[in-house]
Amino acid sequence: MVTPKARSICILGAAGLFAAFGGRLPAQVVPGGAFPALASAGLAGGTVPDTAGRVVLVDFWASWCAPCKASFPAYSRLQSAYAARGLTVVAVSVDDSPAAYAAFVAKLKPSFVTVHDADHKLVGAVQVPTMPTSYLLDRAGKVRFMHPGFHGDSTERELRKEIEALLDEKAPAP
Amino acid sequence: MNASRLKLALLAALGAAALLGCGCSTTAGARVRPWQRAALADETMNPDRDPLGTAMSEHVYFSREAASGGRGVGGSGCGCN
Repeated sequence: MVTPKARSICILGAAGLFAAFGGRLPAQVVPGGAFPALASAGLAGGTVPDTAGRVVLVDFWASWCAPCKASFPAYSRLQSAYAARGLTVVAVSVDDSPAAYAAFVAKLKPSFVTVHDADHKLVGAVQVPTMPTSYLLDRAGKVRFMHPGFHGDSTERELRKEIEALLDEKAPAP
Repeated sequence: MNASRLKLALLAALGAAALLGCGCSTTAGARVRPWQRAALADETMNPDRDPLGTAMSEHVYFSREAASGGRGVGGSGCGCN
């Protein structure tokens, strides 16, 4: 038979465990891990491209973020240089307002794909450490490199080196 | 230690864990994530957005307090002294 005191202990213990672990955020996506599927992330404002078998650069940006604005010309250059060899650049906006997203894209006219994560579903799953943050995925869709922040030429140089290495890797068997 | 004391100690430990857990969860929930900082990035959040206004208020403050230069210190941003 369960005594009232034992019941209290169980309830308190369960409450403690829930409080300690129940409200935690999802784990941050890091190199070596899997990246959430873009196609099922509920992205708006553009068409999510088919990234199967391609090297993908996913960039999280916002219209209110100055380094994000500085990164767009660099991503355009990367897209132009490597798209034919198998690179796809997908820039995911985390703007609250669809109008802010649309105005930013209209002003900068990027040559790569931009989409809008309006409800923060994807960025919440990825848990980016700072804005902007970019993730480089290999042809199998695994996160291989991560770049918190955008630091001008040095970030672009690193990205070029990493993209070339990933493009040289053999595509996984279907 | 008899059984009732053991139960009491266990109860106290679980209570402490619950309180600690609540504190941690509240802190995690209150943190503004990097993608939620649109309002913080707004120009109106910049305290120095009006240099003339800042200079005027600093002048009034220093005159009233007789503490010219007392708002800040010279030197680098190392946080020394």
